[in-house]
Amino acid sequence: MKRLNITYLIQQPAMGAMISFVAVILFYVLLGGVELSNLFGAASWVNFAANLGIIALPVGLLMISGELDISIGAMIPAGSMTIAVVSGHYGLPIEVGILATLAVGVSVGLINGILTVRTTVPSLIVTLGTLVAMQGIVLSASVLLTGNASVSLTSPEWAKAIFGQLLGGSYQIIILWWLGFSLLYYVVMHHTHIGNWIFAMGGDKESARNAGIPTQKLTIWLFVLSSTSATFVGMCGAILFNSAQVSGGMLYIFNTIVSVVVGGVILTGGFGSVLGIFFGILTFAIVSQGIYFTDIDRNWSSLIIGVMLLAAVMMNNLFRKMALLGAPKIKTTREAKS
Amino acid sequence: MTTPVLELRNVNKSFGPIDVLHDISLKVHAGEVLCLLGDNGAGKSTLIKTLAGVHKQTSGQILMDGEELMFERPKDAADRGISTVHQFGGTFPLMSIGRSFFVGVEPVIKWGPFSFFDRKTANETAVKAVREFGITRIDDGDRLIGGLSGGERQALAIARAVHFGARVLILDEPTAALGVKEAAHVLRIVFEARKRGLAIIFITHQVMHAMTVGDHFAVLIRGALAADFRKGEKTREEITDLMAGGEAMAELESEIESYAQSDSETSSAAQ
Ligand SMILES: Nc1ncnc2c1ncn2[C@@H]1O[C@H](COP(=O)(O)OP(=O)(O)O)[C@@H](O)[C@H]1O
Ligand SMILES: [Mg+2]
Repeated sequence: MKRLNITYLIQQPAMGAMISFVAVILFYVLLGGVELSNLFGAASWVNFAANLGIIALPVGLLMISGELDISIGAMIPAGSMTIAVVSGHYGLPIEVGILATLAVGVSVGLINGILTVRTTVPSLIVTLGTLVAMQGIVLSASVLLTGNASVSLTSPEWAKAIFGQLLGGSYQIIILWWLGFSLLYYVVMHHTHIGNWIFAMGGDKESARNAGIPTQKLTIWLFVLSSTSATFVGMCGAILFNSAQVSGGMLYIFNTIVSVVVGGVILTGGFGSVLGIFFGILTFAIVSQGIYFTDIDRNWSSLIIGVMLLAAVMMNNLFRKMALLGAPKIKTTREAKS
Repeated sequence: MTTPVLELRNVNKSFGPIDVLHDISLKVHAGEVLCLLGDNGAGKSTLIKTLAGVHKQTSGQILMDGEELMFERPKDAADRGISTVHQFGGTFPLMSIGRSFFVGVEPVIKWGPFSFFDRKTANETAVKAVREFGITRIDDGDRLIGGLSGGERQALAIARAVHFGARVLILDEPTAALGVKEAAHVLRIVFEARKRGLAIIFITHQVMHAMTVGDHFAVLIRGALAADFRKGEKTREEITDLMAGGEAMAELESEIESYAQSDSETSSAAQ
């Protein structure tokens, strides 16, 4: 009741992202001539958001914990190629393909995580290494095993229904996965002790460890999560489109980081929210896909994304400062009391 | 006499070839404040890090309640009730009061096989704990640590240590970065913690602050114990001289003070 005031709202790390979301839509409607009903009725940006979101959420959690994972760029094609080679080229049951795909994600996640906690190499560099290495492995393995850089895959009905069908003709089923994951991440981050540990790790890893938090284990788990999520998205794509390519995925590195940062996570870790990242993803999806609904030439979208990123980051900084100071109104009443 | 809560016997610490602590023997009793004084680089931080399990002593013994202890990691010391509060208090500036208070020991509500963080209990407990130390301005556990004043953060960190059953409280320069009023607040909280029977090691190089709260004083010079005396045994000037390694610092200090005074007098007269 008394908490429903400006201070409380501004303290929410998601505030900036929500405002960015509304601002971008307003911009397109007022200056781009977009019909709101067209935009909200369209599947393209929602599909885009879902694929991006499933990866951006765990990357965001990693960033809150003070780490970064850019190897996801190679893990998306690694995921789609694994299932296509195992179940398409070799014709093994799709279950085997799915398990193999997730196993690839878990393995690379473990490598990223273990290298990060065992060495003093920053995770940006560790995952840059695995990014490039995995690119090479995927390309050469695919050429070696199939003689091709593109492999087709036919999935049974049930697998299509769960991972790769189009709902209502144009909405990818992965949207439901994304919403489910978002809810799960929200509960874990904000309503369990694990979430508290992740925030503490990002705030001060040394103190978190001294407080008895298994920081190394948690870091490794988070890397496994982001890497496996990326292979999952690749896998769903292969099942949906009945084929996989070795290329693609690199743009996701950039897209996830922008979404997470617009979502109010700070690069140094320790601050952010799942709701914020969720809105960061929506905002990014609207900006990059909504441009097709406007009269604006699509080449401008990069400029808009850049400006939006800077504006959102500045807004988030401002809100964080205000949150730290507390609302002036409250302060005066407090002083009057004492 | 009662057994000291914490006792050091001939503790030495060297980092490779560098000897930092020489033969330190000290005792702290429950309900007593030991002030550890010394210039920068004297080895104060190294000494308390050894007590907190961050460093292992090269030789010598650390005893708690008369029983010898060996700390492998900071957690071991924390589990025995040795709690260190650093200069800036809370270490998680972007976390809320309630959340940071319970980092690592979160209260949960069980719901079948699941357990959820109990934000309400966390906030209420944290706010109550810090208010018991006289900081009544804190009434909202959702506020971020970074938004508190330096004194409030120290108070919160001390309240946290006491809440979780600390028996030895180590305060590393708690008043160094604070203004006069805030420092007085913190000193009052140190009194409160002492009243509750904690053994307190208070590190400072502000002699006035030390003389306000200290029962017992130890002066470190280049890693060795230069003096060990009780309240009332030495004057402020003597302590200042001791800290400076026997030079007549106090005299110099008062000279500077009188210059500053006459300076401000002339300038105010000129106005
Ligand atoms: N990890 C370390 N390795 C080597 N030398 C150290 C280390 N920590 C402290 N020292 C040295 O020990 C001496 C005492 O440092 P410190 O305990 O921080 O002093 P104080 O806290 O009294 O200012 C300094 O000369 C410092 O260089
Ligand atoms: Mg020091």
